[in-house]
Amino acid sequence: MSVDLSLDVAALRTQFPVLQRVIDGKPLVYLDSANTSQKPQVVIDAMSEFMANRYAPINRSAYRLAAEATDAFEDARAAVQRFIHARRAHEVIFTKNATEGLNLVVRSWGAANLQRGDVVLLTHMEHHANIVPWHQLAAERGIELRWVPLTDDGQLDLSRLPSLLDGAKVFAFTAMSNVLGTITPVRELCAAAHAAGAIAIVDACQSVPHTITDVQSWGADFVAFSSHKMCGPSGIGVLWGREELLDAMPPFLGGGNMIADVRLDGFTPAELPAKFEAGTPPIAEAIGLGAAVRFLEGIGMANVRQHEMQVAGYALRSLTDRFGTDITIHGPTNTEVRGATFSFSFRGIHPHDLSQVLDQHNVCIRAGHHCAKPLMRLLQCSATARASFYLYNNEHEVDLLADALDSATDIFGS
Amino acid sequence: MPGLEDLYREIILDHYRSPRNRGELPPPAAHATGHNPLCGDEIEVYLDVHDGMVSDIKVAGQGCSISQSSASMMSQAVKGKTLDEVRALTRRFKGLMSIEDLDGDASIDESVLESVKLGDLEALQGVVKFPVRIKCATLAWNTLTQALADAVPA
Repeated sequence: MSVDLSLDVAALRTQFPVLQRVIDGKPLVYLDSANTSQKPQVVIDAMSEFMANRYAPINRSAYRLAAEATDAFEDARAAVQRFIHARRAHEVIFTKNATEGLNLVVRSWGAANLQRGDVVLLTHMEHHANIVPWHQLAAERGIELRWVPLTDDGQLDLSRLPSLLDGAKVFAFTAMSNVLGTITPVRELCAAAHAAGAIAIVDACQSVPHTITDVQSWGADFVAFSSHKMCGPSGIGVLWGREELLDAMPPFLGGGNMIADVRLDGFTPAELPAKFEAGTPPIAEAIGLGAAVRFLEGIGMANVRQHEMQVAGYALRSLTDRFGTDITIHGPTNTEVRGATFSFSFRGIHPHDLSQVLDQHNVCIRAGHHCAKPLMRLLQCSATARASFYLYNNEHEVDLLADALDSATDIFGS
Repeated sequence: MPGLEDLYREIILDHYRSPRNRGELPPPAAHATGHNPLCGDEIEVYLDVHDGMVSDIKVAGQGCSISQSSASMMSQAVKGKTLDEVRALTRRFKGLMSIEDLDGDASIDESVLESVKLGDLEALQGVVKFPVRIKCATLAWNTLTQALADAVPA
């Protein structure tokens, strides 16, 4: 095991109560953070304290408690704005999760701007959240979906990008594959989209928790992500959009909070961000997300990225050295273009069985299609096992994963 | 935590490694495809039904040891059985999985229910200790029910 220079992981781990759990005398080895991340005490405390002492409605009552709650809610929005380097706080829309953020763009911007025959370019490594809403719109509108293919090592094959983008109005792509761990060249892709006259929509759900996010330097038009993968609570996510685009779009959901006026003959929508935040929002969850952002800022996202590159490098080396051709790790082998999320096949053992055996060692991995069935078909797998590492994971846990994998062979043979 | 030996009995692993009645049947065989959307398991059931009896059955698809061994054992158990016996077996198996078969045929004759034997399928009873895997074990049976509906339209 090498010395980790970028993060004091041992100290970080003590801040996550669930990582202190011991089951059947063995520690918890949580390797499913690409699915959802664990929560540090500061996030738990922020939500608990808010609900215990400061809870009130936001945006609609004059009493002090409500004003304080509104301030706390807007502080969380400002924290997110800072974290993703957005120009204005009201470009940060709170949604339920990244999935809702992407649906918002498709339903609002897409429905207002796309006509029969218009082209939307996606990639072969998208999550269902960036596929199904487009299929739904395609079924209604007759828009054409095109797909950027992949290289053999699981990166985007950009050799035909100009012709795929020819005539496209939208290029919507992931910043990091939830299956392969591949990091895509977001800035380059946004520039290519704009050169072709298309807008750029970034599914950043897997990248925001793990590296620096700068929506302005990316040159993106919309960016969606979820709180629960970045040490925050579930139930809240973010859609960031460029102000002029959001201003020109029709509202997504209708109801309270999103209106300036309602009459018998119609309504006038509110200004940003309320226009896209119908109904009572997840208030305590926003407080928790704000606390998660401050927690991550305290560590430094460059440090998080560097740590995960080290763990990813160690995992690639040690698993390959130990298991040779018995293990197939999908995706790039160069840690410059991949995160610490690994989908793999091991000795022909079905991933579902593998995860069951690993559970006996308290090693938590995901087994399945990872909500990316088109990609699974390309890989010719019905399912893969996926181990995903985060800022609180260390190289020792790579070794515990490897030991647990070995024990699966005892049951299923090699 | 229940031990893995309760789940991965030798007879289950045997059916997984050497699945019985593997393959497809040509049309006009009845056919149904079942998916477990959580894990991607897939099972295809092909049925020939003649004179109220499952005269032949083939199973294709891919998935974990529990889903595939359950399919293999299911095919063995229902081949050559009358439709009443197949329905009774389905209910017995779901009972083994602690599932009340609400969609099942309420008019199953008690004596038929008594007479059918689960045989090798009993080995799957350890699955109930691992609730996440119950869906794996029942996928083949739900697909069989669909294929029967295709074979014998109501």
